[in-house]
Amino acid sequence: MIRPSLTIVILFTAVLAISCWNKTEPVALPKPTAFGAVIVESSGGKQTAQQGSPLPQPIVVQVNDGQGTAVPGALVEFRAAPGLTIDPANGLTDSSGQVTTKVTLGGMAGRYQLTASSSDKAGKKVALTIEEIALGYQQTLGRQLNDQYCERCHNPESTVERVSNFDNLEIKPHPFTDGETLNKLTDADLTAIISHGGPALNKSALMPAWGNTLSRSDIQALISYIHAISDPPNRNAEPVYGQN
Amino acid sequence: MKEKFKSLWQKLFGDSVRAFGVVSLVFLVSLAIAPAKNHFSEWRHYQHGYLKMIRNRSDAVTLQRHFQGGIQQIWLPDLGVVDRCTSCHVGLKEASLTDINVQPFRPHPAIPHKLDRFGCTICHRGQGAATTVAEAHNSTLAWEQPILPAKYIESSCGECHGGPLRGAPRLNQGRHLLSRYGCVHCHTVKLFDGKIMKATDDPPALSHIADKTTRDWIYAWLKDPQAYAATATMPNFRLSDDDARDISAFLIANSTPQPGDTATLSAKASPDPAAGASLYGESFCASCHAVQNAAGNLVGGDVGPELTRVGNKVKPEWLQAWLRDPRKYDEETAMPHYRLSDPQVATLSGFLLAKTDSDLLANVHLEAATPEQVAHGKRLVSDYGCASCHQIAGVKKPENFAPELSRIGSKPVTQLVFLPGMQHTLPDYIAAKIKQPRAFGQALKMPQYSFTPAQIDSLATALLALNDRSAAFPPSLTMVATPESDYQPAGKAGKLMTDLACFSCHRINGHGGDMAPDLTWEGSSVQRQWLMDFLNSPNTLRPSLIRRMPRFNLTDGEINELTDYIMTVYQSPSVDRDSMPVSGYPQGEVELGRQLFYGKYACQGCHIVDTKIDKGYIGPTLTQVGSRLNAAWIFQWMKNPQALRPGTAEPNRAMSDEDARGLTAFLMSQKGGGKSEAARTKK
Repeated sequence: MIRPSLTIVILFTAVLAISCWNKTEPVALPKPTAFGAVIVESSGGKQTAQQGSPLPQPIVVQVNDGQGTAVPGALVEFRAAPGLTIDPANGLTDSSGQVTTKVTLGGMAGRYQLTASSSDKAGKKVALTIEEIALGYQQTLGRQLNDQYCERCHNPESTVERVSNFDNLEIKPHPFTDGETLNKLTDADLTAIISHGGPALNKSALMPAWGNTLSRSDIQALISYIHAISDPPNRNAEPVYGQN
Repeated sequence: MKEKFKSLWQKLFGDSVRAFGVVSLVFLVSLAIAPAKNHFSEWRHYQHGYLKMIRNRSDAVTLQRHFQGGIQQIWLPDLGVVDRCTSCHVGLKEASLTDINVQPFRPHPAIPHKLDRFGCTICHRGQGAATTVAEAHNSTLAWEQPILPAKYIESSCGECHGGPLRGAPRLNQGRHLLSRYGCVHCHTVKLFDGKIMKATDDPPALSHIADKTTRDWIYAWLKDPQAYAATATMPNFRLSDDDARDISAFLIANSTPQPGDTATLSAKASPDPAAGASLYGESFCASCHAVQNAAGNLVGGDVGPELTRVGNKVKPEWLQAWLRDPRKYDEETAMPHYRLSDPQVATLSGFLLAKTDSDLLANVHLEAATPEQVAHGKRLVSDYGCASCHQIAGVKKPENFAPELSRIGSKPVTQLVFLPGMQHTLPDYIAAKIKQPRAFGQALKMPQYSFTPAQIDSLATALLALNDRSAAFPPSLTMVATPESDYQPAGKAGKLMTDLACFSCHRINGHGGDMAPDLTWEGSSVQRQWLMDFLNSPNTLRPSLIRRMPRFNLTDGEINELTDYIMTVYQSPSVDRDSMPVSGYPQGEVELGRQLFYGKYACQGCHIVDTKIDKGYIGPTLTQVGSRLNAAWIFQWMKNPQALRPGTAEPNRAMSDEDARGLTAFLMSQKGGGKSEAARTKK
């Protein structure tokens, strides 16, 4: 009497085990031909893009050995918060020791973390965390206003199309990524300085008053954009999406 | 077995009391199923989770006060909204929960609409009345509209809002691309306001193509337009060698010479690269045309076609005729009619013809076309719908060549044929179709575009907005775009402005480009003499701009005609040009203005008055502003710049009349040593 039911139970467990084991089997990874000691960011970190869109530039990471020389043929794996898509998600470093990947941000505004990891000779994992910034509706609006009104002075970088006015100013404005300074200001302070100009906080008159040009919601949008891109992050910024 | 069953029956239903008890018990249990199901429902689980989450927060009391248990519902009969999403998304309106990154408890990001007035499904789609995650978010057999992936969310803005919409860049870009890349030549797109979308890509007419280019070039272009210019609008039709050979044969055979003597080479193209480059620069060709530099980067504007390999394309005779007067070949062209002298035409054409790529036509060896090939070419031209975009003599523009897309956003998923391995949703289908149309069947005619992933997302966003719901909204709920004005100036000056293609860059009365300043009220703004000098020889007003007004070599008569027209017609009702004098302001007022300029308003941050000390690089240089602008214009500008030129970057400082008068006096005193440079050299 007991034997058949036992067989059934054993069979069932076996089927269950096989099906579960199949599911957890990892995707085939390329075989590394070399191992580095550290992994460093070459470019592509801290980019901003609208939520759900691809980043303008790819992410490039480099694997180096103990002496800081690039290691070709090392395996790099990217992992990220849910929502972020990485293409390709792994790869071997090329002749200059680098792996390039394209990233599309998730649908929620906030910071997305992704880790690039590789293993060293001893099999120990070396990892690097990179953050990317996804802008929501309000921040996107703020970015448009920034491009129209603010960036010419507040962004020290010049492009071919747009020459920065930063160097021409006697008293230098704070780039919006300057979290050290800007995070100390409350939202009310920022609103005051944008609406009424630098003198509102005893700062330079070179910062004009925008209160008659920008609406209240414009100024709020601008502040939320400043919070989103400041480095270190502002405590009022959107949340961080990590791997878990 | 039978025995056992009999004794069980006896035990349960042996006598009537027993039977009554058992039946009651069964009833009781079955009645309890509904309340139990309710008790263990998903939304209750999430509400418990929410209460647990907020319990230990510092703002717990406020949050708990705001919390309402039970099924929540937003009911908006006007919009057809019954949304119970807030039953699980409990913290949607709690701004203090910004640090929470787990759903369903994230607060809703700031948007211009109130949740209570619009509900959730208006933007996010999905099934509002459902109270389980699976039913609300995913598509079921009865409900095809799953929740919209966040990257396409702006498509919902486009269901009610027409035209460019601030805060919806992806939708704007998508709509722009539909016109810019000529999608709407073949696909009819009727917007919710009943307007048919128009293309803005301006494909050239091909009736006189043999004047302009060679058959070899047409062949190479047809095979791969992007090999000639990466920025080319024309998509790749993936034609076979034979088909490209036959179409090129037909186009050349079908071409008739342009009436008028355009095909004679009057001056020999002069191969002087230095003089050519400097004329190309002086004429500001790069404001509209791009050229790939040695580093592979495109430098220049995108109004006209890229010129990197133009020497491979155009015939020298045609190019010279074109440079002399482009409107003779194409009446509608955006290119201005520069009044170039014959030596200038020779220099510029020599410079442009040297822009070649020896690889482009190296492998093209076409033999003389046979009549059969020409006939086959004609058939292919109508098969591929070439005449949907290009005007071709003898080929009628096909009507509705491709499926209409006015309701594409409501296309039932059951009617779509998906590729293996792709997700069975409408947005994925649309994106895949734009990305690689021929993957859905080799016989399909839709060509291959070279859109970036971001552009594909934008196009899908714009297309998803075209749906049944959008078309069914009553006009009272929709925001129609302001229609593009078709303003045309009248008379001789009007003709001249068309000839110079002023509207390719400038906007007047809501019509024209946005590269250069809006001239709607230019007559109130500037002084007559300055305008004449400027038209004669445009000088730089804004030092940081790389796109500039070219010199057209106008005659004195033409300058007078234009100046008269602009000064008379383009007048603002809010600026009385003669109400304030050009000069003679008291020294005290000028001095007050100077102090306001450098002190209170710190204008030197953006403007230069004194080239020795000021460095401002954003606004126009003001060293000669007293000879350029009218005093009344400056006064009104100080009081509210955006009222005179919407969108200008100068902040509105809401100045008192006194401050504005002082600054006007100061600025009017900046005469830059009398007349402008150009006027002096002319004399």
